[in-house]
This record gives sequence, C-alpha cells and structure tokens, in this order.
Amino acid sequence: MSTLVIAEHDNASMNIATLNSVAAAQSLGGDIDILVVGSACQGAAEQAAKVAGINKVIVADNSVYSHALAENVAPMIAEIAAGYSHVMATSTSMAKNVIPRVAALLDVQPMSDITAVLSEDTFKRPIYAGNLIATVHSSDAIKVMTVRGTAFDAAPAQGGSASIEAVASAHDAGTSKFVGEEVAKSDRPELTAAEIVISGGRGMANGENFGMLYNLADKLGAAVGASRAAVDAGFVPNDMQVGQTGKIVAPDLYVAVGISGAIQHLAGMKDSKVIVAINKDADAPIFAVADYGLVADLFVAMPELDAALS
Amino acid sequence: MKVLVAVKRVVDYNVKVRPRSDMSDVDLANVKMSINPFCEIAVEEAVRLKEKGVATEIIAVSIGALQCQEQLRTALALGADRAILVQSDEVLEPLAIAKCLKAVCESESPDIILMGKQAIDGDNNQTGQMLAALAGYGQATFASELTIDGGNATVIREVDGGLQTVTVTLPAIVTADLRLNEPRYASLPNIMKAKKKQLDTTSPADLGVDVTPRVTLKGVELPAERSAGITVEDVTQLVDKLKNEAKVIS
Repeated sequence: MSTLVIAEHDNASMNIATLNSVAAAQSLGGDIDILVVGSACQGAAEQAAKVAGINKVIVADNSVYSHALAENVAPMIAEIAAGYSHVMATSTSMAKNVIPRVAALLDVQPMSDITAVLSEDTFKRPIYAGNLIATVHSSDAIKVMTVRGTAFDAAPAQGGSASIEAVASAHDAGTSKFVGEEVAKSDRPELTAAEIVISGGRGMANGENFGMLYNLADKLGAAVGASRAAVDAGFVPNDMQVGQTGKIVAPDLYVAVGISGAIQHLAGMKDSKVIVAINKDADAPIFAVADYGLVADLFVAMPELDAALS
Repeated sequence: MKVLVAVKRVVDYNVKVRPRSDMSDVDLANVKMSINPFCEIAVEEAVRLKEKGVATEIIAVSIGALQCQEQLRTALALGADRAILVQSDEVLEPLAIAKCLKAVCESESPDIILMGKQAIDGDNNQTGQMLAALAGYGQATFASELTIDGGNATVIREVDGGLQTVTVTLPAIVTADLRLNEPRYASLPNIMKAKKKQLDTTSPADLGVDVTPRVTLKGVELPAERSAGITVEDVTQLVDKLKNEAKVIS
C-alpha cells in the first residue's frame, strides 16, 4: 500500500492545506510520497521534502504546468499515480478541478471530500450539504480522492528529509490557456486555516459595513467570511463565501453576524468548535447551531463588541 | 453553434433529507424532486447564448430513470430545443454518467457542453471534469462569466483566491457556479410548448457504456448533533463567556 499526495502550491511555496492530506494518508498507513507539479516549483518541492514521514518527493517542473491548468496537470498526475494504491489531495479549488480529470484518465470513480478513513477501501464523506454522512467502498485498483481539510489535523510541516526526484514528462494538451487572475490580497489569515472566523450575511446591508468585521478581525487575528447571500448581493467577493459550495471552515471560534443560517451556509461551518450568532431575528436557524446566541441588532452589538475587546 | 446542456434530477433544495429507517441510503419516498440548481444555471446560460445569436440549437440531456423526463421538460420549457434521455434504473455514478455523455457528444458533436459544477445530492463536483478528460476536451469549471469568441470560450472562474480567467478551445466543457446568472422562470405558454418538443430516449447499453458502479454506498448516518447552546443577554456576557467559559479569546 502506498499513497501519492498531490501538493497544493504556488510554485514558490507549498500550501499548508497539503498537510491535511498527508495526515489522512498517515491514518491509512503505508508509504507516502508527495507529487509537486508546477513551473519553477523547487521551493514548494523543498518544503514538501521537510514534511515528517514522507518517503520521497516527486517533482514535475515544466512551464506547461504553470497556473495548474487541469488539461496539462491531470495527465502528469495520472502517469505517476499509476504506481500507487491511493491518490489524495486536499479539497481546494485546484484539486476539485484536477482530481476528477485524473480519475477519469485512470478509469477510476473518485471520492470527493472524504472526512474519515475506515480502511484501505472504505471511507466516510458528507452528502446532501452535510445533512448525511455516507460510508462508501471503492473497488477500483487505485483509490482516488479529495480530502476535506477540516476533518484531518495537519501533519507536522517539519522533521523530514525526503529525497527529491525529478520527472521529465511534459504534457501539453494545448486546449486551454491562462489569461489572468484577480487574487484578493489580505494580511489576515486564510479562511480555511484561521483559528477565528468572523462572517457577515445579508444583515450587513452593504459592503461598507463589513468594515466593522474587518476591524474586529484585526484585533482578534481572525479571518473574515461571508454567507452566499452577502456574496450574491455583491457586498464582498466570492473568495469569502463559506458554505456547501464555498469554503469549508472549522475554526476554534466562528462568529456569524447577520447570517440567518441557511442549510448551505451551515454545511460550511457547523464543525467549528465554538459558534457565536448575532442576529436580531430570534427565530433565525443559525441559533440552532450556536453555542452562544445574542439576539440583537448587529449595528448596536458590533460596536459594543469592538469596544469590549479593545 | 450547437450547445449540449446536461441536467440532473435531484431532491429539491428546500427538502430536509432524512435517512431510511435501515440507514441504507437517503429516503427518497414521496420527496419533491427538481432540476439540480447548478444545472438550471447551465440551462439559463445556454438559453442566453441562443438569445444573443451565438447558439443555434440547445440539446438538453439527462441520464437516469424515466422520471428524468420531468426535468428535461423543464429544460425544454426554459428554452432548450430538444432533449435526450439516457434511461437507466441503475445507480449511476459520475464516471458512468461522464461515459454516457461522451457517447452523446460523439453522436451530436456539440460545440460547447454546459453543466452544473456539482449536484446538491452527492456533492461530488466531478462529472464535467471527467467528461472533459474522456473526450479530450478543455474544461473551464466553476464559471461565473462566459464569453464565446469564434472558436474559443473565455471563462472567469471562481477559485479559492478570487477569480481566474482562462480561455479554452471549443469544443469544451464549462461548469456553472452560482453567480454565472440568475435563471428565469418558465412561462405557462412555454411549459405547454415544451410538451410538444422532441424528447428521444436511449440507454447506456445502446451507447455501449458499462455502468457497473466502482464506489458503492455501505450506509448513511446523521452527522453528530451539536449540543444546545445558550442565549446571552448582552455583549458583556458574551465576551465573558468567550473568555472564561469557552476560552477561545483572551
């Protein structure tokens, strides 16, 4: 039994989300290798080699893999994956885009977003927006899956000294081209990695009012998220969406401000350790999952909270 | 330009799903079924392409039981020109569905295939990417904006860090995210007209596809319940609880 973990990275460095898949692979047992597919990605490969418990790091470094276009990256991963019993990648937008394509090339039915490893062929994963947890069994020779990051504590990033092995194949499908990107830049922690997340919903009324959340977040070292309603209304950009089809978070503290608590939103945050809800509607479904509920007008409560924590 | 749009019949998004009493699967008896919301967005995008004069024909396709005809009729009422049902009573997983869609693509030769990014039942988010792999086409997943320009589609994609723009050579697969558009409602006259539109039926066997599942469901369970919380009186009490009881802030 051997697992190939696909690294999530920006070439210069490895995304720590990768460590959640390493942890899932460790709970399975057997050898673990990390595959880094990128362009000028030596920095990411060196970080991968330091992860504790890794057998070796395989690097496919070629300009055709810049921007992780699925059409080029997937055949590279499939080529290497053929020698393994398991392939795992943490459920980021990159993995969701690429891993099913890898699985189809291998003629395998992948499993999305696994939350538990029961045995080498049996796993748990949420279905219906997390309202049910399914136990699934794979009969494929290579088990290909994405891993829900919040379900596995990150493996240690340091302590290993794996060898780095380069592979030369360059797969260029020529069917897609990167044009550009608009990446939000923020000094706040990443939503999926933050210990505290403060999210706003439709009750925030406009984008400017999110300033109250940013101020509080900066005092607490928190990340700021949003409900689908707030993103759809144009208050904040899509990368802040927490929910079934947005980001899945499970921080120590989740503060939901002016969020009613639609099923789709709860799917993205109900595994948080402590949940606080601030909403003026006492019947809002968010209170059903909240450890501490404050029925109040957020425009009164938030300045008070800000003052109390100053 | 010919557009193929795939639609899935799923539990309506307003339904609170429950497990069967033997916990073998979700209980779908007497539950309202609808077109998957993401597929509805894909249909709307196809209709808008036709309204702009970019698309000339829209073919809706669904893979599943006979009842999927209802969702195909919905797609026809929204503006699709004709429909194809790949009928099967088996449990169909994304790999099998992607293989059926590939076979339909081979006979219909669409210029673009529009799909939802995921279905709200299995939450797999796989079929579009798998079809793209099997057909050897480019893929633009999680689309929030689509522009067709000659033989290419330029797509703005919703990704973890923000937005990414890619260009794919047609034919290609584009999967719809939530903000691609807001689907219209079908008008009564269009619902009536849809009943007369062409709906052909085929099967995985006719298409030469083996749908034997690779991943089987062993059972379902309810997620762990959160213990009941408390209502705090004011911000002072909230801060006190967070500092001294939950100990999540200092």
